[in-house]
Amino acid sequence: MEAIILQILNGLDKGSAYALIALGLTLIFGTLGVVNFAHGALFMIGAFCAVTLSRILTLSHTIIDETKTDFLGNPAKVEVPYVHDIFGVATGDAIIDWAVPLSILFAIPVMMAVGFIMERGLIKHFYTRPHADQILVTFGLAIVLQEVIKYFYGANPIPTPAPQAFTGSFDFGAALGFDPNLIIYPYWRIIYFVFAALIIGAVFAFLQFTTFGMVVRAGMADRETVGLLGINIDRRFTIMFGLAAAVAGLAGVMYTPINSPNYHMGMDFLVLSFVVVVVGGMGSLPGAVLAGFLLGILESFASMREVLAILPGLNQIIIYLVAIIILLTRPRGLMGRKGVMEE
Amino acid sequence: MSKSNFTRRGLLKTSAVTGAGLALPTIFTAQSAHAYTNEPTGSTVTLGFNVPQTGPYADEGADELRAYQLAVEHLNGGGDGGMMNTFSSKALQGNGILGKKVEFVTGDTQTKSDAARASAKSMIEKDGAIMITGGSSSGVAVAVQALCQEAGVIFMAGLTHSNDTTGKDRKANGFRHFFNSYMSGAALAPVLAGAYGKDRKAYHLTADYNWGYTTEEAVKASTEAMGWETVAAVKTPLTQTDFSSYIAPVLQSGADTLVLNHYGGNMVNSLTNAVQFGLRDKQVNGKDFQIIVPLYSRLMAKGAGANVKGIFGSTNWHWSLTDEGSKAFVKSFGTKYGFPPSQAAHTTYVQTLLYADACERAGSFAPCAVAEALEDYEFDGLGNGKTLYRGADHQCFKDVLVVKGKENPSSEFDLLEIVEVTPVEQVMYQPDHPQMGGAEASLGTCNNGA
Amino acid sequence: MLGLEKKDFQLLLVVAGLTLLAPFILNPFPESSAMAQFNAGYPDLMQRFVIFGIFAIGFNILFGLTGYLSFGHAAFLGVGSYGAIWMMKLVSLNVIPAIFMGIIVSGIFAVAVGFITLRRSGIYFSILTLAFAQMSYALAYSVLTPITGGETGLQIKSTDRPLLSNLEEGEIGRANLFGMDMRASFELNVGDWLFTFNAGYYIAAIAMLASFYLAIRIFRSPFGMMLRAIKSNQTRMSYTGLNPRPHTLAAFVISGMYAGLAGGLLVAMDTQVGPERMFWTASGEVVLMTILGGVGTLIGPVLGAGAIKYMENILSKINKDVLHQWFAFLPDGLEDFVITIIYPFIGKGWHLTLGIIFMLVVIYLPGGLVEGGQRIARALSRKKTSDEDGPKASTEPAE
Repeated sequence: MEAIILQILNGLDKGSAYALIALGLTLIFGTLGVVNFAHGALFMIGAFCAVTLSRILTLSHTIIDETKTDFLGNPAKVEVPYVHDIFGVATGDAIIDWAVPLSILFAIPVMMAVGFIMERGLIKHFYTRPHADQILVTFGLAIVLQEVIKYFYGANPIPTPAPQAFTGSFDFGAALGFDPNLIIYPYWRIIYFVFAALIIGAVFAFLQFTTFGMVVRAGMADRETVGLLGINIDRRFTIMFGLAAAVAGLAGVMYTPINSPNYHMGMDFLVLSFVVVVVGGMGSLPGAVLAGFLLGILESFASMREVLAILPGLNQIIIYLVAIIILLTRPRGLMGRKGVMEE
Repeated sequence: MSKSNFTRRGLLKTSAVTGAGLALPTIFTAQSAHAYTNEPTGSTVTLGFNVPQTGPYADEGADELRAYQLAVEHLNGGGDGGMMNTFSSKALQGNGILGKKVEFVTGDTQTKSDAARASAKSMIEKDGAIMITGGSSSGVAVAVQALCQEAGVIFMAGLTHSNDTTGKDRKANGFRHFFNSYMSGAALAPVLAGAYGKDRKAYHLTADYNWGYTTEEAVKASTEAMGWETVAAVKTPLTQTDFSSYIAPVLQSGADTLVLNHYGGNMVNSLTNAVQFGLRDKQVNGKDFQIIVPLYSRLMAKGAGANVKGIFGSTNWHWSLTDEGSKAFVKSFGTKYGFPPSQAAHTTYVQTLLYADACERAGSFAPCAVAEALEDYEFDGLGNGKTLYRGADHQCFKDVLVVKGKENPSSEFDLLEIVEVTPVEQVMYQPDHPQMGGAEASLGTCNNGA
Repeated sequence: MLGLEKKDFQLLLVVAGLTLLAPFILNPFPESSAMAQFNAGYPDLMQRFVIFGIFAIGFNILFGLTGYLSFGHAAFLGVGSYGAIWMMKLVSLNVIPAIFMGIIVSGIFAVAVGFITLRRSGIYFSILTLAFAQMSYALAYSVLTPITGGETGLQIKSTDRPLLSNLEEGEIGRANLFGMDMRASFELNVGDWLFTFNAGYYIAAIAMLASFYLAIRIFRSPFGMMLRAIKSNQTRMSYTGLNPRPHTLAAFVISGMYAGLAGGLLVAMDTQVGPERMFWTASGEVVLMTILGGVGTLIGPVLGAGAIKYMENILSKINKDVLHQWFAFLPDGLEDFVITIIYPFIGKGWHLTLGIIFMLVVIYLPGGLVEGGQRIARALSRKKTSDEDGPKASTEPAE
């Protein structure tokens, strides 16, 4: 019982990461009709927004400390962050400690700008081109973006911890009346789940309850007619691209304490997020979210050692196996519309 | 008719070809013209440095390359000579190898065996490399070692820790300086027993591929021999990035120790996740919960940040060693590049020196002669103390370092502290040890190629 | 000739000429010159050019004609390689049975995968093929280790005693063709040039020419016409009473067998298989090769394969020292400046160059390298407008 509750928690947590990325991917596909292979790269850039901000916050000047020596035996150079000089050591350390949450504020404008530039500079020329061309050009872009990040930040993962206040884990078991320590879950992962739920909710509310959202939904359904009505759908689509980029970026920022970011994290997520989107059904936002959580939960269950004892290697293939079964039983994924990307 | 022939472009490149028009078609005549593959006949000799330059291990590859360049500089008489001054053998003069200036070519293994072999082949076929070295994973090491065996050149393995490289997949033309899974287990177990007691319940998470299997087997065997119990061992996919669903059930199993048989990115993520779950703050069976990482890489450990603090593991070499050889190496590497070398850098530097020295002592570049000079060769002064290159399996036997994540690092390089230098006798094993492929494993015969 | 139209026959002749003379064409620079770095005429790379050419030609039969974008084609390459190496380990070191084994195993695997995946079309088909390939990769890497060798893959070992061989004790078997070693080479020394004629390369080249010839026949056959019909409008095709499924399945299996041939040849040239040959990036690579060269064209995939393999093997080997040699003639400050500019794009930065080239080609040359070639040809001979119809018809972009 405890094991099952635990894996459901895990599944929700993993699922929220999948759903967030798939949501952005579907937004772009649904509104613009573009298959964006650079979406993983946007996630990665979001994560590196957090890395960059913490680098900025720890910008330092060096002083020579004669009492210590470095590895070659010379007097050690000690780095003193400027925030220490400005705010004092205690406040300065607190600011550095909170770098990841602060990066949210930093990442939103950066990611919006990246999204706008991408859409205006490149994607817009590909609206009428075949999907294969879109895939290739965005894949090329993804490679370029990740190589640029690698050039500046190296190939190794960079630790970006959550604030001290959020380390440790919450004992669900004790709260639910089980023995303590059986069902524990890290605070930051709980925050990640809540954060993802909020973003997903906000995106749906935005599309459902605002005029802007209504126009965009109309554009998703029938772009030409909306254009004929005299609405500048292009500008709205640009904004949607910026939004999708921001969603991916925020998912990346919040993910950094869970796994140290590296330059290829986007590619690691890319294939998975495409599977999620397609299993959900091309162009369906609820489908993407549902598929994200479904695959997250199934993946978690498949990694239990009790399951692996019966079916060794199931954890290696579960996502793909589920995708195959769903696509064979439901031709257009869970909630896909007929005729979308079927030709 | 079946004479194979890897080209001898190196010859052309270096010998002054007077280019008198047409001529010299050589039909399978390489044997008469050349005693072995890529025999250097000019005034230079070419070594092939095959390291990961793209992919997740690119930074380790870059450090290996730095060490290679330093080694070449020292061999050619440049710089301060580094470990050549502390090396017990004095055969190296600083005038290249056997009087020939050392040149090198570089390639990208991408940490994929196909790409690594393609790159190694181009070095042998196109650039006339006489020796191939490098790499940052066992899959690549085994693949390239097999290639070098076929081609008839020497392979000096870089970072490869799986037992297989000098175990069931050992080859007469391949040599490994790095330690292996068995040695990690043998060195760690007594230290762990001392620190955490002999009554522990261990839970293994193991990367689901060859290196993971050999490491799990080695650590299990040596800890169980001390009285530990293995509660469970779960395999995790190589491509996994989030290990939460593997780590969450650990506490429920009643285990009080978690062993992470992961390397590189896997290790960074699984360790980060485990610490996130607060496992180390828990008490199980009346004992503090502990985490162990059998193979540490300082470069990668950096990615896990503060999470490595207090966590035991083993490593081949660390820059804070205070023997003369290590000090000399850290000094010349640090002076040239501004930061201390990694264990990958150390191993590749040492391998290059050992190869050069073996050529000098053999008086030839012929792979079989070099192999003979390396086999059962005992040396000192290259870090790790007295070392033996065992002839039976081409594995180096030397002291192994048990390290622990440092609580108060004084710099970004100062992540690990040496807990114990396990003497070589303790990590010694028979060449036909069951973990090493048993009696079936054989080096085969050395191959001079062409 | 050979059942081909004049134009196709000319194309075949050109390709045959280029392939057979590749050792000359790919080694244009003298050995001792700095430009020798760009020579690609060594056996391993030449073999890879033609083998990946075969792979891409096969992929193009499926994608170029039917429009079905398989995103898991590398699985067939990998499965073929495993089939071939087991044939060598167990039965015979001769490459012919090994290659055939590769083709057969891939063919059977393709029938099974195609039967399931072709129930869906468009991106749903792509994801299904991707799923099968990723499962093959993951299982080969882990639980199937006893069959596939796992991470370290399979090689021929000194303990392998194939049935039809008479190896000495401890001798490591070598791939051969009736006794001729795949690595045997004939070297021609002309002045400062060295040309290598490698036995393995010519075997692979002949296989490539045969594949190319077969591809032309398929493209021009009624069957090929049927496949194009599937691409342009499947619904209309079924309304006319034709069932598209058997045709697509046939195309899928043929294309899988091409991949198996490529896999078998890879093993024949270099007796080693690793599971990462089936990873999704490898599947992506063949898509990129085809699109880069020109989807639906005959020669495009071969060019694309060559371009990508060239960058992978040549660009990645240029390091800082080589750059310093090249630009040594410049004044010091300028030399450093030039090297700083170029350095990020070569050596460890070769991925960056690859990405940029993809983007440029897709943006400016939607028809791939073939379109680039056509544009140049058109610019050179404006008057020969009547000739354009032929190649143009085969340059239809995807979808």
